[in-house]
Amino acid sequence: MYDIKALYEAQSVADAVRLRLEHPQAQIIAGGTDVLVQMREGKRAGAELISIYGLDELRGVSLDGEENIRIGSLTSFSHITKDPVIQRYINVLGEAVDQVGGPQIRNAGTIGGNTCNGVTSADSASTLFAWDAVIELTGSQGVRRLPIQDFYLSAGKVDLRPDELQTAILIPRDSYESCFGHYIKYAMRNAMDIATTGCSVNVVLSGDRRTIRRARIAYGVAGPIPMRCPSAEAAAKGKPLTDGTVEAFAAAVLEDIRPRDSWRASKAFREHIAVELARRCLREACELAGGAME
Amino acid sequence: MSTQYKRIRCVVNGKSVERMVDVRASLTDLLRNDFRLTSVKKGCEVGECGACNVIIDGECFNSCLYLAAWADGKEIRTLEGLLGPGGELSDIQQAFIDEAAIQCGFCTPGFIMTAVEILESGRAYTDEELRKLLSGHLCRCTGYENILRAVKKTMMKRLEASRGQGGAV
Ligand code: FES
Ligand code: FES
Repeated sequence: MYDIKALYEAQSVADAVRLRLEHPQAQIIAGGTDVLVQMREGKRAGAELISIYGLDELRGVSLDGEENIRIGSLTSFSHITKDPVIQRYINVLGEAVDQVGGPQIRNAGTIGGNTCNGVTSADSASTLFAWDAVIELTGSQGVRRLPIQDFYLSAGKVDLRPDELQTAILIPRDSYESCFGHYIKYAMRNAMDIATTGCSVNVVLSGDRRTIRRARIAYGVAGPIPMRCPSAEAAAKGKPLTDGTVEAFAAAVLEDIRPRDSWRASKAFREHIAVELARRCLREACELAGGAME
Repeated sequence: MSTQYKRIRCVVNGKSVERMVDVRASLTDLLRNDFRLTSVKKGCEVGECGACNVIIDGECFNSCLYLAAWADGKEIRTLEGLLGPGGELSDIQQAFIDEAAIQCGFCTPGFIMTAVEILESGRAYTDEELRKLLSGHLCRCTGYENILRAVKKTMMKRLEASRGQGGAV
């Protein structure tokens, strides 16, 4: 038995919004892989829960009218990995979420839950940051969309208003078009563990595949919230595919990130890992895009 | 505060059932206490060990992290559902015995249900893929190699059999 005071099961998105307003103190539960563990640990003992798990309309991946990729917030990690739209346009996201927990956790855990936790170690976050994902929130006033950078406010805190729930994550068309990416998770112990550092890089190459037209990079756990590295991105933009470009890109990462010392890893070690991950991810992304290093 | 209940209807091991469930109950609680399906083990109860693993609508879930209330409308399978009409063991269960993939047996039902999901996909997997697919389970006794062997052997046998029948592989 969980120490649950009351369970309110939403029958629709509108019903969930109503329940949010009616029970402001209640916690939303989606796949349960985080909330139920926290309840077991006694952190949310005696909580009231609003369950949105039954809202099948929030499951699945599709292309919307403007050909943006629309990922329903309740889509499980395993369904994201297996989805043909994801595999075709943003395969790296499927690969990244395939590294969350173990297989059963990936069947239960949802991308929306993963992003609403506001945990920097979330495996999905760095890739979503690196691809300029847009978060769709539905509340009593209607739908609001905001860039994922603005959705994450501070460690453990996201911009979710008291009447809102996250209903989708969008990857805009101009973000995924001709874009190829790679993700590496560095952890002391693989799987069944939260990512120590996750690095996601993606590139768009020029028509002749000799120049980097656009490079984007984001880290999880490099700072208090997932973050992009504008200096590194600028260092690679418009540059030829050479070792020198890769080195300049990787070195510039240190101008952007602020790793911290913790019992998991020292600052110096995190910096070393961050540079190495940037280097490897960029090389791999360029290769996936069909570019050959000179 | 009085206890909150919910009426659920679901299919458990092929049988339609209806129950009033305490909303605080996990699916593990429901399967063990209401249906006496004690192959579903309580290990860590935080989603780490896989001892409570069951198949819900064709996919594996740790039932310790699943509300009993969510079972409404679902099709649930546990190890008990694998037995033949006379209580015969299924091929995968027999393989666990033959390969000594079982010692104390606590992890076994969870592992076997994951193996069932793997086998029913009808696909052939490499050892590396199988290791990853089985990675959501902890075993304190066997050292995993025998478990991998039992799953692999059954996978080969079934693929062989379907090939024999001219089935697609
Ligand atoms: S008891 Fe459910 S995963 Fe351990
Ligand atoms: S056989 Fe004992 S835990 Fe696996």
